[in-house]
Amino acid sequence: MSAEKRIAIVPAYNEERNIVRVIGELRTFDPDLDIVVVSDGSADQTAENAEAAGVRVLRLPYNLGIGGAVQTGFKYAWEQGYDLAVRLDGDGQHVPSELPSVIGPVAAGEADIAVGSRFVAGDGYRPSASRRLGIRLLATVVSAIARQRVTDTTSGFQALNRRALELFAADYPHDYPEVEGMVMTIKHKLRLVEVPVQMREREHGRSSITAFRSVYYMAKVLTALFVGLFRRDVIPLEKT
Amino acid sequence: MIGAQTPLKVSIAATAASLVLLLVVFELIRSRRLRERYALLWILTGVVLVALSAWRGGLNTIAGWLGVRGYPPAVLFAVGLLFVILVLLHYSTVISRLSDQNVILAQRLALLELQLSEDRARDEASVRG
Repeated sequence: MSAEKRIAIVPAYNEERNIVRVIGELRTFDPDLDIVVVSDGSADQTAENAEAAGVRVLRLPYNLGIGGAVQTGFKYAWEQGYDLAVRLDGDGQHVPSELPSVIGPVAAGEADIAVGSRFVAGDGYRPSASRRLGIRLLATVVSAIARQRVTDTTSGFQALNRRALELFAADYPHDYPEVEGMVMTIKHKLRLVEVPVQMREREHGRSSITAFRSVYYMAKVLTALFVGLFRRDVIPLEKT
Repeated sequence: MIGAQTPLKVSIAATAASLVLLLVVFELIRSRRLRERYALLWILTGVVLVALSAWRGGLNTIAGWLGVRGYPPAVLFAVGLLFVILVLLHYSTVISRLSDQNVILAQRLALLELQLSEDRARDEASVRG
């Protein structure tokens, strides 16, 4: 198992305060894990702080949004020959101590992609009523499309093997990567499993999705999902 | 209204204006400020405008085909609007492609920069070592 090359991909946009702590936690938890931070056009000291902490940093020249940033990390992991990549956000809401749960199924060869879900276990995270409704609606739609029960379609806490990396390095949705990525995964017949994880509330800064925008967000995600079903695939389905 | 014609003066003015548009498009292509692939719609727009302006019975004839009664120039507005929408839609596809290409370039730049700085660090280490 230790012969496998593993890397943590940490997308970060203006997270100069959180990023050092996230790196520290990752190190404490697994000193052998390679780490690459993707600074998504950050205007603050995110990239410098990460570099000072001794990890590799991919600096995007301007902000691409989470999908474009994460894909940069996937491309890096794919091209550098990593066998397994785990993605966790630079804002500190994904707890490194949950890494074994997320990595487990992929490392064991039981899944091509494992997604940390806040809702499988049903404890801990309690979002607001409107957000809960949105989360449930998305989960229902994606489950129906995927013909597989999923509960957390917006979780960015994921582990991927090389098959999944190959797909996402070549084609990754830019706008709502987690939701659309889940559908893509299943369309390409990759094995996806959800594992229960705890997540933390954000400590600094705010989530990119405010309650005010959630209706607009839902409409856009559902449109993207619907169109995505009919979209021509960049990578032929037969290949995977 | 059937058989009515566009007044001669209006026809001359409109034809002249349409020809100027075609000329401007041609000049933009010639001076390489507009690529041929993007100019096609504009050339088509200009040609249609010239045709509708110079063919004095044309507007009324087409209005007759379409069942437009009362105000034949409404056809002109409809055709004009259609072309504007087509050109805008075309721009959306162009912008989409450009932004996709932009993303790929930005990602490649970040990957190459990291590669470069690592290579440099290794070179410096080997020189010292």
